[in-house]
Amino acid sequence: MNTYKAKIKITLRKGILDVQGKAVEQALHSMDYDIMDNVRIGKYVELDITAQNDGQAEEFVREACDKIIANPIVEDYEIEILEKA
Amino acid sequence: MKFGVVVFPGSNCDHDALYATSKNVGADSVEIWHKDTNIPSDVSCVILPGGFSFGDYLRCGSIASFSPIMKEVIEFANNGGYVIGICNGFQILTESGLLPGTLLKNESLNFVCKDVNLRVENTNSIFTKGLETGSVLRIPVAHGEGNYYADEETINRLETNNQIIFRYSDSEGNITKDVNPNGAINNIAGICNENGNVLGMMPHPERYSDEMLGCNDGVGIFNSILKYIKN
Repeated sequence: MNTYKAKIKITLRKGILDVQGKAVEQALHSMDYDIMDNVRIGKYVELDITAQNDGQAEEFVREACDKIIANPIVEDYEIEILEKA
Repeated sequence: MKFGVVVFPGSNCDHDALYATSKNVGADSVEIWHKDTNIPSDVSCVILPGGFSFGDYLRCGSIASFSPIMKEVIEFANNGGYVIGICNGFQILTESGLLPGTLLKNESLNFVCKDVNLRVENTNSIFTKGLETGSVLRIPVAHGEGNYYADEETINRLETNNQIIFRYSDSEGNITKDVNPNGAINNIAGICNENGNVLGMMPHPERYSDEMLGCNDGVGIFNSILKYIKN
């Protein structure tokens, strides 16, 4: 068994209004950062996982994302599995 | 007929729900701890109360939907038991899959705490059988994430099956964007499942169940449950 670090990036699906992102975008524009647009705010989750290999680790993390870590109705997620140092 | 009010860490409307169902409605009402692994056999309606279960960590209602009692609540509901989720309870119901869709952050980004008007959309459910279709109830809301969202197909299904129980309206029952407190699709304030035995709603009927509080429009919902479960 090996230990891996899983890094999970969760974002609101395209097409879902991101009100937090909008508020930050407005703040940026009021600071004259007109060059910045389309602010989207997400979540970042990190966890350690013990599994036989990185493929199995990813499978378990994906399962956990679908069940609890993300809300598949409105959120997308990306998983990165790293060997733990 | 007994109500069972589930208490999660962070629930804060559990006592209001107990008070409304016992003192205002005159039913028996008991607390059920979220770590309990069974629902008392004489409970016919489970209430998931409002509050901030588990501090709203991760997403509102997400952690609570995995509390030990929820396995029982899901089985209870699947066997036809009556379940009503109010505010955070509604969020727990969508997170647990007992109701479709989800509750997003309010469009305004503000926490909204005020009275709203609710139009009763249908009286087919046990929760509204004792009310009149088209009647308007004044009920408070208090939430930051009450913006009901589901994909188009789900919304169409809810509309076609008459699963929308309450909509935000004005005092005359008109449904307009101006009276929508959170941006919910089609002004949806409360929905039920296909079988009609699970209701989720953002407004708090338990907070307006006692005349002493200036309005008791909420009591009609609990009275309806009591009356029609008895029969």
